[in-house]
Amino acid sequence: MNFKLKDLGPQLITVVAVILVFGFFTYNAQVNMENRGIDFGYGFLSQESSFDVQFSLIEYDGSHSYFRAYLVGLLNTILVSVIGIILATILGVIVGIARLSPNYLINKFAAFYVEFFRNIPLLLQIFFWYFAALRALPLPQDADAMFGIAFLTIKGLYVPAFIWQNFNIFFYSVVAAIIAIIVIRIQAKKLQETQGKQTPVLLISIGLLLILPLLSFLIGGVKLEFEVPVLKQLATTSFIYEGGVSLPPELIALALSLSLYTATFIAECVRAGIQGVGKGQKEAAASIGLTPNQVLKLVVMPQALRIIIPPTTNQYLNLTKNSSLAAAIAYPDLVLVFAGTALMQTGKAIEIVSITMFTYLSLSISISILMNWYNKKIAIQEK
Amino acid sequence: MFKYLKQLTSLVAMVAMLFTFTTETMAAKKSKTLKNTQKKGFVRCGVSQGLPGFSNADAAGNWTGVDVDVCRAVAAAVLGDANKVKFTPLSAKERFTALTSGEIDILSRNTTWTLSRDADIGLTFVGVNFYDGQGFMVRKSSGITSTSQFKNGISACTNIGTTTELNMRDFFNSRGISYEPVAFEKADEVVAAYDAGRCDTYTTDKSGLAAQRTKMKNPDEHIVLPETISKEPLGPVVRQGDSVWEDIVRWSLNTMIEAEEYGITSANADMMKTSDNPQIKRLVGAEGEMGAAFGLDNEWNLRIIKQVGNYGESYKRNIADTGILPDRGPNELWTKGGILYVPPSR
Repeated sequence: MNFKLKDLGPQLITVVAVILVFGFFTYNAQVNMENRGIDFGYGFLSQESSFDVQFSLIEYDGSHSYFRAYLVGLLNTILVSVIGIILATILGVIVGIARLSPNYLINKFAAFYVEFFRNIPLLLQIFFWYFAALRALPLPQDADAMFGIAFLTIKGLYVPAFIWQNFNIFFYSVVAAIIAIIVIRIQAKKLQETQGKQTPVLLISIGLLLILPLLSFLIGGVKLEFEVPVLKQLATTSFIYEGGVSLPPELIALALSLSLYTATFIAECVRAGIQGVGKGQKEAAASIGLTPNQVLKLVVMPQALRIIIPPTTNQYLNLTKNSSLAAAIAYPDLVLVFAGTALMQTGKAIEIVSITMFTYLSLSISISILMNWYNKKIAIQEK
Repeated sequence: MFKYLKQLTSLVAMVAMLFTFTTETMAAKKSKTLKNTQKKGFVRCGVSQGLPGFSNADAAGNWTGVDVDVCRAVAAAVLGDANKVKFTPLSAKERFTALTSGEIDILSRNTTWTLSRDADIGLTFVGVNFYDGQGFMVRKSSGITSTSQFKNGISACTNIGTTTELNMRDFFNSRGISYEPVAFEKADEVVAAYDAGRCDTYTTDKSGLAAQRTKMKNPDEHIVLPETISKEPLGPVVRQGDSVWEDIVRWSLNTMIEAEEYGITSANADMMKTSDNPQIKRLVGAEGEMGAAFGLDNEWNLRIIKQVGNYGESYKRNIADTGILPDRGPNELWTKGGILYVPPSR
């Protein structure tokens, strides 16, 4: 009995203290809001927002609801995070491997990049890429065409739009190619296990992915045309490009600075992972006759990934949360659109901040769950 | 549990009331904000992050501007010294939260008085210290001289969290023009982006355009278009629920405007005490009991005029002499063709 009380006592006190603190804050907020005549409620979400947003993945204008504005912000946050994560991962892996290169120049250049970009505050880098780099870009009328079809200007990157005919046939051909690749992979594995024969799966996969869609063009009646952006004059010195797809400079600057910054941390994770695999492992693998490629693919990487994945998950989470700095350069993310404009127009500070916090929490937890699942998949399977 | 807590608080409050009853006036007791301000010894005032003519800090950290002068007037009235103000620079987005959460006691930050702000979010607007309207700025070289020349695809830089965003939509929508809104959190970034050529036009209150133009790399390259697309009555705001404090701020502003009407300036205020006009005498604390209802002494308004000056002096010092808007336009007294008209102090 005595022992149990000693055990439970501190925990009970903690629980009561937590409840009291929460209770106090809730009560305090309630009393203060009542005193100042502020209503609490989420009803505003269905009201008309009456403000426009620069850039949106779904159809939106001011006649839609605040909830729709919330979705616009959320999707923009997800968009820049996904682009950032993909670019940061590619760059991070390259730089991480480059830091281990025996080539002095590559090695030192990678080291310089890592030390330079991870030691400058992110907000400063965003400002640099947006304001300093943007200022250096040409006005639309002075822009030179890249490959004759794309234009990088101070008002954004204009690229051709794809105009498809019979897009569904093309789509089915890609799906068919992917299914064929999966079947071949399974067969190849069986062949390897039963007869020890190796199949060049990679070459066959690339071939399938090229040939099937190509066939859909030749005999399936698929047609692809490009709609190239065309310069349009608004006033004597003011131009824009019409047609095609335009990427706002805010998105480019934000995705660029987020990935350049986060890639430095991922590079260090990759380096740690590869260096974490014992030298003896590679020597042992080589001694049983594996080629250098096979050593990397079958022995080093599976072990390195176990070291790389958990800290890289952190970096993905950081990148997603850092994307909220978008507000500084007018990229319409969740914070700017919802916790910014919508909050101001409605005055519903507690409601909107709580929704925003909960959204970031959900986003982060989703990434965590996904990465933890992947981590478990590549973990050592004890037999 | 909360029931007891409430009873306990009211008990404590009642006991405290008994003790303080004799020493404090009714008004001061009713106004928690006034009491706190006098206890702290300074007025907590929310201003902009730097808008020349309205609220702008120099290199030494001294704030000037017509919005700043409203807070200084209140400080002169309730504390006796116009310099006893603590300024908190706020972005458009932060301003109302700062006020309702009690971080500041007056928000004097070129804030537009609208129905939804007044009614919804726990704020009370006390008056108008600048009549403004939203306009557009463009580069002179663009050849645009009127908003009727705007074409589909125009990009417009502005601030988030302002009425500007809403007016802009109404304006472009009603004309059927598609536009690209580029909204920043801070005014400095809006100006930088517009100046760099990111946007074809920069839109905000016309006073703001005139003030920000002075900050540009080359002010002469830009013009403000003549059209005004909205009504923007700008004025100080207080928290809802403290009507005495609300009255003090309102009448501090009214005093400045009325003093101009009767020709009372910071230089001649003391001499006006012996004036024959009872209205003038009331404005300099020489007749009637004009401060008692606020819990202030009788010379509160005299101190405002002496230390801060009348509205005309404030306008001239901050907006006209700095070259921002030399012409007073609607912000002229009603007796001189403007629309400045305040209820009488009596």
